[in-house]
Amino acid sequence: MDQKLYIEIINNSLPTDLNEIPILKYDIFFDQIMAFLKDEVKHCVAYYGVESAGKLKLYCCIADDNNNSIKVFAHVINKDKPVLKSLTPVCSQLHIFEREIHENFGVKFEGHPWLKPVRYSHERSDKSQIMDNYPFYEIESEELHEVGVGPIHAGIIEPGHFRFICNGEKVLHLEIQLGYQHRGIEKLFIEKNDALQRCVLSESIAGDTSVGHALAHSQLIESLAGIQVSEALQIERCIALEMERLANHIGDTAALCGDVAYQLGQVVCEALRTTIINTTQFWCGNRFGKGLVRPGGSNYPMSNNIMDEMLRVLDDTDRRYSEVTDLIYSLPSVLGRFDDIGILTRQQALSLGAVGMAARTCGILRDIRKTHPFQYYKNYPVRPVILETGDVLARGMERNLEARESVKIIHELIEIWRQKIKDIKKPVYEYKLKPNSFAISMVEGWRGEICHIAITDNNGNIAHYKVKDPSMHNWLALALAVRNQEISDFPVCNKSFNLSYCGNDL
Amino acid sequence: MIGFVLILIAAFFFPGIILRTKSITSGRKGPGILQPIKDIGVLVRKGSVFSKTSGIIFQIAPVVALSGTLCASLVIPFANQRALISFEGDFIFFSYLLAFGKFFTILAALDTGSSFGGMGANREAFFSMLVEPAFFILLATFAMFTGFTSFSDIFSHFFLTGDHYVLIYSIIGFYLFVQIAMIENSRLPVDDPKTHLELTMIHEVMILDNSGFDKAIIHLGSYLKFAIYGSLMYNVIVPAGWNIFLQTGLFLAVQVVFAIIIGLIESFRARNKMNLNPKFILTISAIAWIAFVVILILTNKLI
Repeated sequence: MDQKLYIEIINNSLPTDLNEIPILKYDIFFDQIMAFLKDEVKHCVAYYGVESAGKLKLYCCIADDNNNSIKVFAHVINKDKPVLKSLTPVCSQLHIFEREIHENFGVKFEGHPWLKPVRYSHERSDKSQIMDNYPFYEIESEELHEVGVGPIHAGIIEPGHFRFICNGEKVLHLEIQLGYQHRGIEKLFIEKNDALQRCVLSESIAGDTSVGHALAHSQLIESLAGIQVSEALQIERCIALEMERLANHIGDTAALCGDVAYQLGQVVCEALRTTIINTTQFWCGNRFGKGLVRPGGSNYPMSNNIMDEMLRVLDDTDRRYSEVTDLIYSLPSVLGRFDDIGILTRQQALSLGAVGMAARTCGILRDIRKTHPFQYYKNYPVRPVILETGDVLARGMERNLEARESVKIIHELIEIWRQKIKDIKKPVYEYKLKPNSFAISMVEGWRGEICHIAITDNNGNIAHYKVKDPSMHNWLALALAVRNQEISDFPVCNKSFNLSYCGNDL
Repeated sequence: MIGFVLILIAAFFFPGIILRTKSITSGRKGPGILQPIKDIGVLVRKGSVFSKTSGIIFQIAPVVALSGTLCASLVIPFANQRALISFEGDFIFFSYLLAFGKFFTILAALDTGSSFGGMGANREAFFSMLVEPAFFILLATFAMFTGFTSFSDIFSHFFLTGDHYVLIYSIIGFYLFVQIAMIENSRLPVDDPKTHLELTMIHEVMILDNSGFDKAIIHLGSYLKFAIYGSLMYNVIVPAGWNIFLQTGLFLAVQVVFAIIIGLIESFRARNKMNLNPKFILTISAIAWIAFVVILILTNKLI
């Protein structure tokens, strides 16, 4: 009888029995990943290790955008002699996942070109690896010089170290060292038995994506606990997610203008972002939507009053944002700074497995709302914005167009919401998770795809929790995009990606 | 003497006016007009911190730069009064006094041994080198036009030549002095004084290691430079023979207008890409060249 090579899971669906996930021999595992990832509609969502009883089980989840499924399969190795042939030389998008497995469990991936620490996890296998002895790439040359920036930066941003190798003003190589924000989020999810604490924890994974991560967590819990939520609540969650997207896109537009010293664009967009996040505050009492998304229900059900206020603010903000972005993206001095800077090619984006805006600006349709729909997006077709050029201007325009699109989506969702029965329950904190199960939940946050995966033990407790922020895929995209650019353009390139440090560091 | 005092007064209010303009154009309440000077007061009361890797150059550089700028301000005439220091060819003296201060700032940046300092020093030296021809060609044009080579004589005879073309030179002179002042003072579009991004800075990154009193001195020098260039502008557009009270009023008005121009430029445009700066600066030199060639033709020196 043929052994099943993988199982297919639909995003945000019922959990799968752990025993159903096929465990493959490494050569089959290897070949299967290689075969899948040759196809550009598939990309690796997560590839990670779970340790149990002296064995290390590697799970690989590959999203197939064609039939909305996630293919999951596994491989088991002994903990004592962990040597595997690296997949990175053939599928470079796995580089970061292999680095992570290497760091956490000491698995040696033969042939991996860049087995460096990812985030200095508290439970890493080799404790001798510390921040101070990070093996930076070096070039010996009289002409070249190194510039190190961070981890403490001049602005109010998160810590991360950037090491440039420059030839004069030109960047030849950039290496990004992260891990300063590591808090042990994944472990805390297992330790915290209180459901509310876990919700709060999920909101704190990346402060600018509170709604996105909270939604991913809530979906996962609902899936494992078998809770169904009403359509009205699903719509409200989608609205919350779009509000977050809108606020961040407008805020990023402001920051992009600030980096090129265009004061007018900066101050106007900053003011507009405030109106959006204040509306979120009007709704749930927190500007970043903390406390809004909870499993099973909501403490802040939408009311007609909130809805009217939201529509009023959105219309006003939309009009003013259109005006200012028309101005920004037609001003020669701004275009001169954005155009043709920090190009990420389509080929690079594909081989890195880039997600979110970074992928969509390279002409790749990667939008979880469309390809693996969740919540009310299942019934509501989203129109993803796809641009081709992959430069800073494209990423700026992407934000502009997506923000306008979000306004439309919220408008249309509100119209649908008005016709639904408002049977929104209170959040559920007392639930029983299905034992021995594997569940996966993906959400398109404003930055890109967020993925939470949980595995439960025999008693229905969470045995392993995996979080993947879109930044994990995209940090290397930034490093590639600034190659051969001027070092003075790095800040604006960095801002155009606006990746999360804490989302990567967990 | 009046000129020197007026420059000091103008320098006192100059940064505040730029700030106010930017606040108003961005729809913000913004700080008061005296805020930059209050900040200087705060800095003066603080002690300086010196890195262990830096030496004597780093410690004396701010004072050297400020004294160079102060000396340079003594060369500028006001109305029909001669400048405190005036001799033939004093505009070269003026230019190199400013360059002297800049040279020490660059040395100090290199002295800190930080990769940022070296990067900024490199950029500053390069752009200053490019802007120098613009200044000298412009002054050479004026010298040819009036037949004198000191600031005092050039400006006192500027409007006396009876030549109708003087208006063109006034406008070109005003325009070029605005541009040169923007570059020399590291403002938009060449540099962004407000940025927090070390990698894009030019001037600011050189003085990253300066703190407290030294930083206050550097800021003062920069304000003073604005006022000096403002008074050069004033000299090319207001005839020297007018009534002294009217002149004083006009002087202050020109400084205010200059500050507002800077504020407006910085509100409504983005800064240049770094590799476009040389082209931008050379364009300014080119305009000076055109003026120079025109004067050669007018004075029949170009056959």
